[in-house]
Amino acid sequence: MTRLRLFFNRLTIFLALGFLTTQAAAQVTFDRLLNSAKEPQNWLTYSGDYSGRRHSPLDQINITNARSLVAKWVYQTGATGKLETSPLVADGILYATAQDDRAFALDARTGRPIWMFQHQLPGDIRPCCGRVNRGLALLGDKVFLGTLDAHVIALDTKTGNVIWDIVAAEYQKGYSFTVAPLAVKNLIVIGVSGGEYGIRGFIDAYDAATGERRWRLYTVPGPGEPGHETWEGDSWKVGGAPAWNIGSYDPATNQIFWPTGNPSPSNRGEGRAGDNLYSNSLLALNADTGKMNWFFQFTKHDEHDWDATQVPVMIDSGDKHLIAQANRNGFFYVLDRTTGKLISANAYGKTTWSESKDAEGRPVANKGASPTLEGHTVCPGALGTTNFMAPAYDPQTALFYVTARDQCDIFSTAPQPYEAGHAYYGSAYFPSEEAEPYRGFLKAIDPATGEIKWKFEHTSPTWSGVLSTAGGLVFTGDAEGNFIALDAASGKALWHFQMGGAVYAAPMAFAVEGKEYVAIAAGSAVYAFALP
Amino acid sequence: MRLATQRLMLIKQRFVLLDRQWRPFFPLLACAAIVALASATAQAADDHNPYAGDAKAAKAGEYEFRINCALCHGLGAHGGGRGPDLTRAQKRHVHSDAEMFQVISNGIPGTVMPANGTNGQGVGMTDEEIWQIITYIRSVEVKAASSATGSIAHGKELFYGDANCSLCHMIEGKGGRLGPELTAVGGSRTPTAIIDSVRNPSRRLAWGLTEATKEFPQEYETITVVTAGGKKIKGVVLNEDNFSIQMMDGGEQIYLLEKDKLRSFQKSRESMMPIYNPDILSDKDLGDIVAYLISVGAK
Repeated sequence: MTRLRLFFNRLTIFLALGFLTTQAAAQVTFDRLLNSAKEPQNWLTYSGDYSGRRHSPLDQINITNARSLVAKWVYQTGATGKLETSPLVADGILYATAQDDRAFALDARTGRPIWMFQHQLPGDIRPCCGRVNRGLALLGDKVFLGTLDAHVIALDTKTGNVIWDIVAAEYQKGYSFTVAPLAVKNLIVIGVSGGEYGIRGFIDAYDAATGERRWRLYTVPGPGEPGHETWEGDSWKVGGAPAWNIGSYDPATNQIFWPTGNPSPSNRGEGRAGDNLYSNSLLALNADTGKMNWFFQFTKHDEHDWDATQVPVMIDSGDKHLIAQANRNGFFYVLDRTTGKLISANAYGKTTWSESKDAEGRPVANKGASPTLEGHTVCPGALGTTNFMAPAYDPQTALFYVTARDQCDIFSTAPQPYEAGHAYYGSAYFPSEEAEPYRGFLKAIDPATGEIKWKFEHTSPTWSGVLSTAGGLVFTGDAEGNFIALDAASGKALWHFQMGGAVYAAPMAFAVEGKEYVAIAAGSAVYAFALP
Repeated sequence: MRLATQRLMLIKQRFVLLDRQWRPFFPLLACAAIVALASATAQAADDHNPYAGDAKAAKAGEYEFRINCALCHGLGAHGGGRGPDLTRAQKRHVHSDAEMFQVISNGIPGTVMPANGTNGQGVGMTDEEIWQIITYIRSVEVKAASSATGSIAHGKELFYGDANCSLCHMIEGKGGRLGPELTAVGGSRTPTAIIDSVRNPSRRLAWGLTEATKEFPQEYETITVVTAGGKKIKGVVLNEDNFSIQMMDGGEQIYLLEKDKLRSFQKSRESMMPIYNPDILSDKDLGDIVAYLISVGAK
């Protein structure tokens, strides 16, 4: 190599580094979040953009070359238990979380850590279903984390230093955060977990700069508020309706669409007669004030733990502005997102609880679907046809991809006194002996008709989310540890990689220096894949 | 019991604090601590079930049991797959109510029985609720159920001989590998459950379907594959994912197979274990085998 060439090589490296440095310093403004489509190399929000569709416009990895995908790096988090995080990427840096409220920033090309943070949790937190966290929100020069002891924390993107740390609720009473927050304008919107503890659910918005609370919407209305009459006696005080999964945001109407969970106690309706608003609903909220514009309740007076906390996906079809949700109760709902009116509801898995619809077209519970003292088999089971697994919507195929499970459970009910901070289920559920073996699928649903265009059957049901890409691919993981690329049009598996740990997380895609990567968490690690 | 443990912890913490502040008085304080410890232990030994025999508490305990225990131990405490049948009067790990309280509070090391409040679902049951559960379990115990009357020696002879059990099942390191290892089964199942699984081997296979209710880590599904070369292999699934199968055939040969390279594969929840009708294995002989299994499980 000549001296001159060496000089030029060094110059190139210097320029490249300089370029990266500048990029890394760039702030993730609200304007960038609004226009995320202009920077497909970045994945700036939990779902990739505000619509909730978890679709990447990148197409370097596509149906013709997916077979040659290789693992590029693995980052071991050192945590144990379920890893539900969905990473964010901005300007070459990947931000993600792990169990016990860890957060970290990695060099997105190599997986090498830049900083690591772990929140100090008290010993007596009340997680419902593992010490999990689903991810961060990114805004300005901060990332935002909700914690299992109900704190909201802002961390410096460059160092992981705590900028502010506020307490949203009493964790001793069962309040916690597991959700990835949503950054809108200068606000950090976050919904609470704790439907197992008889909490009173809420959605909060905090000033991103200071941590000051700007608004709170209680998902169980208090005395004098509309909807309060849907609760018997004092049951509203421990009515649940948590908001533990992320919503979407429509800039055109400045509305946040946020889903809510089950009323408490989950398996006992006695004592809380009424619809139990706003449990198991989709809420349309003014982003600035938290004021509710409309709501749609999917399951009224739920007694089967069918939280409606699945990511709502905004779909525009011609002049129709829709929002779709594959609900835990087994039905796929399409609503008009301007009015909140139901357009269609079709079963996308095995359901036995509803055989009729009301005047609006909403599936209605059969008489006798309620849990009994001795136990009663209902499909779907308590885990639902789907759960928190993030779905995807691909505008190219116009298909909605969702992880689904066919499972029925025996639901039983029994009286249970409320005790602050103690589990409050009102009984339980068991696998049904009568049921077929549980089956798990990735299903491609046509939102226009509710028809299932194809399904890919897994060896056993999975908890993985789904990503679609402009490369004509969908990606998902399985319970046995495989990461799989499928043809988005046909559902044919094109490639897989055995990661050695079950998947509870959702995949995402990004690019650095012109190279596309697909990343997903499995076992105790985050994996990134790319073409060789 | 848990209160006593907490008290001990508090004493320990206080001791450490005092030790730091008042080192010169260490021996005196140590004596005081030992006295305190002794009294705490004495209290623990005195721990008794405040609800013993109380039918109302047993009912409350039944509800608590459903919420906290039944997923593994089954509705009615009859055993639910991986959790032992608790209606057996003779239990492997506990005898007194106080011991049962200990086991529910602290779990059983080396088993999947978790300590109260450590299953990732909240802070667990209160002492009162645990005592209610114990009262419930006592109320459903079947006193005579586990006293097997058969001949242990003849049962062992049959197991390793004419009944052909050991061709597929191993006990204490001796026997076959195709079926579940049975050393512990007599310690956690009632004779009724064991008899049922011999007379109807596919029954449990048909539903032990969720992680928490699996009796064995492996499901023992039957699989028949036809390789690309046309060879037909029948055996049990050792493991499987979307793309590969690891299986064992009747000759204990392990096969590692890629699904897309097979001509076909067919799984079935019909167990490979033959159905032992009373014509093949009399009630008396089966009783002897059960007696043998229980004698091994009790060790």
